Amino acid sequence: MNEHVIVQTISKILIPFIQLYALYVLAHGELGPGGGFQAGAIFGASIVLYVLAFGMKSAKLRFKSKVFDFLTSAGVFIFATVGVLCMIAGGAFLQYSSLPLPTKKLASGIGIYGIEIGVFITVTAVLVTIFFETAEQDDD
Amino acid sequence: MVDIIEIIYLFILIVCSVAAVRMKDLLSSTVVLGAYSLVMAIIWMDLNAVDVAFTEASVGAGITTVLIIAALSRTTRGEYVPGIEERYKTRKARRLKNGALFIVTLCTFGVLVYGTMDMPNFGDPDAPARHHVADRYIEKSHEEVYVENFVTAILASYRGYDTLGETSVIFTAGVALMMLLRRSKS
Repeated sequence: MNEHVIVQTISKILIPFIQLYALYVLAHGELGPGGGFQAGAIFGASIVLYVLAFGMKSAKLRFKSKVFDFLTSAGVFIFATVGVLCMIAGGAFLQYSSLPLPTKKLASGIGIYGIEIGVFITVTAVLVTIFFETAEQDDD
Repeated sequence: MVDIIEIIYLFILIVCSVAAVRMKDLLSSTVVLGAYSLVMAIIWMDLNAVDVAFTEASVGAGITTVLIIAALSRTTRGEYVPGIEERYKTRKARRLKNGALFIVTLCTFGVLVYGTMDMPNFGDPDAPARHHVADRYIEKSHEEVYVENFVTAILASYRGYDTLGETSVIFTAGVALMMLLRRSKS
């Protein structure tokens, strides 16, 4: 454990910035490059970095696989819910401008944020799950 | 017009792919594929496809490499290399197979080169692919979707069903993996 002290210290410093950057990419998808998928990949990568630096055992204590199982389906659910909400508000499936908000621009923006957050959650949870399940056997 | 730097990028891609196939150590192959994705991201950047470049860099060069390495940790690192006797025994069959593969590859290469003759020039603004639906997206997406970045407008609104399907595919992959790998443990 102790021979990884440099890797662990650097990871501890870097991981918050990587995660903040992922959230920036998620929030900035409307204006610049990026979006839910890329943000999910970056956020998943930050958790993978944690596992690589601190080992699978301490990662298992910190990240419960049940939580990620729940998040995997929660993302798709959020996406579909936004679509259904648009239908309830009187528009077509995923027609964001029909959401009952003051301006159409705001409604559209909020709807797109909703689905981007859904994509983000699913992508993060699935990537972390894939890594946890495939790299399971070698613990240190 | 193709710049000299683009030719260098494409040449690096070919070198990387040949190296990834020829290497016996699968871990090195994986790392070379990561480098391939990074150069590919630079090429997308060069073509002004910023969103694609971003995805290529984060998914292709980052996550995929890590996941392949994780998969390698479950299997073996080295590729199977036959001993000298076995290679001597199977040399005729191997020569026949390599010859056949060479001819097939050459034919495919010829067909592909023939196919590129009808294609518009690199970066041609009048290419048909740039005027099918792209004009509408560029001109109208701001009024129709109210979003500044029209790549996001296409992904989230015009092609919203596709994105939902894409997310479902990722979800299905995750669930399938849980079912396959978790059951064997208990």
